[in-house]
Amino acid sequence: MDSTRVVITGLGAITPLGLTSKDMWSGLCAGSCGIGPVTAFDPVGFTCKIAGEVPDYRIRDYVPKSHRKATKLMSRDIELSVIAAHEAISDSGLVTKGIDPESINIDPTRMAINLGAGLISCDLVELAPAVAASTVNGTFDIRKWGKDGLESVTPLWLLKYLPNMLPCHIGIIHDIQGPSNTITCAEAGSHLAMSEALSVIARGAADVALAGGAEAKVNPIVFIRQCLIGRATSENNDDPATACRPFDADAHGSVFGEGAGIVILENIENARRRQAGIYAEVVGFGQSNSINPRFEHIEPDGKGIRIAIEKAIARAQISPAELDLVIPHGTGIPQDDLAEARGIEAALGEAASDVAVWPTKSMLSNTGAASGAIDVIAATVAMNEDNIPAAKNCDRIADGCNLNIVRKPMKKKIRYALCCSYTYGGQTAAIVLKNTSDETAG
Amino acid sequence: MGIVCPMGHDVETLWKGLLTGKSGIDKTTIFDASTFPSTFDAEVKDYNLADHIKTVALHKDSNRGSGFVLGAAAQACRQAGIDIETNEPKDGIDRQRLGIYLGAGEGSVDNDVFFAAIAEAWNTDNSEMDWEQWAKVAFGRMDPMYEFEQEPGMPAAHIALLTGARGPTRSCLTACAASTQATGEASMIIRAGDADIMIAGGAHSMIHPLGVTGFNRLTALSTRNDSPQTASRPFSASRDGFIIGEGAAVLILESLSSAEKRGANILAEVIGYGSSADAFRVTDMHEEGRGAVQAINAALADAGVGYEDIDYISAHGTSTMENDSVETKAIKAAFKDRAKLTPVSSVKSMLGHLIGAAGAAELITCVLAIRDNIIPATMNLNDPDPDLDLDYVPNEPRKVPVNIAMNESFGFGGQNNVVIVKKYEP
Repeated sequence: MDSTRVVITGLGAITPLGLTSKDMWSGLCAGSCGIGPVTAFDPVGFTCKIAGEVPDYRIRDYVPKSHRKATKLMSRDIELSVIAAHEAISDSGLVTKGIDPESINIDPTRMAINLGAGLISCDLVELAPAVAASTVNGTFDIRKWGKDGLESVTPLWLLKYLPNMLPCHIGIIHDIQGPSNTITCAEAGSHLAMSEALSVIARGAADVALAGGAEAKVNPIVFIRQCLIGRATSENNDDPATACRPFDADAHGSVFGEGAGIVILENIENARRRQAGIYAEVVGFGQSNSINPRFEHIEPDGKGIRIAIEKAIARAQISPAELDLVIPHGTGIPQDDLAEARGIEAALGEAASDVAVWPTKSMLSNTGAASGAIDVIAATVAMNEDNIPAAKNCDRIADGCNLNIVRKPMKKKIRYALCCSYTYGGQTAAIVLKNTSDETAG
Repeated sequence: MGIVCPMGHDVETLWKGLLTGKSGIDKTTIFDASTFPSTFDAEVKDYNLADHIKTVALHKDSNRGSGFVLGAAAQACRQAGIDIETNEPKDGIDRQRLGIYLGAGEGSVDNDVFFAAIAEAWNTDNSEMDWEQWAKVAFGRMDPMYEFEQEPGMPAAHIALLTGARGPTRSCLTACAASTQATGEASMIIRAGDADIMIAGGAHSMIHPLGVTGFNRLTALSTRNDSPQTASRPFSASRDGFIIGEGAAVLILESLSSAEKRGANILAEVIGYGSSADAFRVTDMHEEGRGAVQAINAALADAGVGYEDIDYISAHGTSTMENDSVETKAIKAAFKDRAKLTPVSSVKSMLGHLIGAAGAAELITCVLAIRDNIIPATMNLNDPDPDLDLDYVPNEPRKVPVNIAMNESFGFGGQNNVVIVKKYEP
């Protein structure tokens, strides 16, 4: 089973730095910041008033005519995933029903889809008229809701908010009938989904998989949760570009955003047969748990992160010294960043002080279930460009963190890259990518 | 195996109830549903987490789903010999080889403050939200941990804290198929050699105003309010929807070599798993059950058995018009000449529909059917639908040898998952 090699043959990303993975990469290289004042709602009463929002898009540009009506059933999380999936599939050279029904070159039953998705929060404005119709003397009344409010909720309301509706819509648009799963492990979701997609291909249940994640966190409910548990920064509201500061001594919390990252994972034999361009090989993944009774933060010694990285490196059959790039989860939450740094240091040993560490959330914001996949895409492009852009907002490294944060852009061949993630709650994940540029694709 | 469900807080109580045709369905008490289209459900009643675990304080913020799954996991771990009583377990199990895979749902919103904040901030005159007012109410009255615990990954996080598991851990939410998918993928993690033991199952409660509203608006729920206990009537002509339930179910899956080494008592063998997507419509199942057939066939192929080897099908059998009809077509397509000869039943007729937790709960009943060679009945099947002509084991459990059982789960959005279990033979 382990002899099955799985490669990345397509990339798709919609992020606060642009509508495509290319936009994202040029933004990262330029040190741009996708974080700005919240526009999705008026954040005046919130402690955090900034977010990473994606540029304007028209969802109908990414949806074939036959599925246009169903766009009404798409929450923003679903829209973002549909856009990234469209780019990833187009980029891979696979022709699905959604790309061109006349020249399909996939077997729908041999294509899988594994996405990380968030807890999709409902649109309060959509719900508000129903709530307003259910008040007695200004107070919400559940009996009135059962009689009057409920009736004014649109019949298919629930279907916008089920996390598995991301793969469902993508699957219908592109006709993907193989195994389909939705991993709901918050910020570790897309790494875990990619890991599962690798297993699905390795065990022969599919030749190709769409894998990644999407989440739209610029929502009052999500914001209030992150503010209430103290993960969102309340500083730098007037200077958004400097607000998210992973591993920096002046970090005060994370900045949340929205996005989607999807890659095409493919059995290497399948990719070679169709002479697809190969971006990189996924050679290792590891998963574990942080165990901390204070669920909102990871354990201080980063043990769960360490275990995930150790397993990923063992599976890749490499030594830590062969890694040339690490993209950490790096949220900008001081104690979590410190714990992650400890986990990385423990897993990599001596190599930890040398390997270039490039946190991206200072520019991309924390896109939750999308973030891990977005980082895998960033690492993949870095590998293909022999280029590691500079980290942003890490001017003075936090005490106790001994990582080699990339201060200046580096031209460098990346042999192997490591991406890691964890989530509040506790799930941890790590993925190792291998540079395949020395192999002939044929 | 462990379970916390509307028919009891342990496996044997559930099983006895299922074999004697009891019902876990009654009037809704969790919130005032008296004016809702559906005023009944399948609730977990009189549940006390302290009856199941010692470390209740560590889990004090857990929501219904997390609380249920802690109890179910504790039962399952005890039966399997996994030590959850101490910080230095002496069960000889390497925690890095012990993983978790749940199909778990999100927690309920904090209803009072959720609705109050909207009501106070909504300006009916201009149809706009006063976000400053909304934030004022929300910041003032929302409880941080209550909000936090709504994340669907939290039930798995609570199990990690309970058991010390450091192996592969995932949580999925594929609607009503989630925990069948979770147990299937968990078995794949063991087969791939990434873990020796997986704590697998599901946890969910959607019995809250927004959950019931959502399903009522989809007209998916039965509205037979005058007769809750007979409302869940899968495969009958007068079926009018499912009964929303809640609960958690956990199975300990283990590689045979690990179980043998530990001298564990083996209850059954997981021999096959198949998963597919309809890729058809957001709102409907594929009319011919295309995806369901694909998942059944994939599970049979994975198990290396033929459809003629299946002694019992634990149906998804929700009691909705659409599911029971499509599921019947799918079984006919996959089982061909054996379709009418293979017993099919739905315990949802008694247990209600545990949504994300349903598949794992029903997989437990498959294991028990194999253990005791008895098939639980489809209750309330008094007016057969003329188009549905399989052997649904109506109203009476059936004593018959059960060597191999198949568990089917289908979810909104076209998720299809099938797991096959077999009597363990050394």
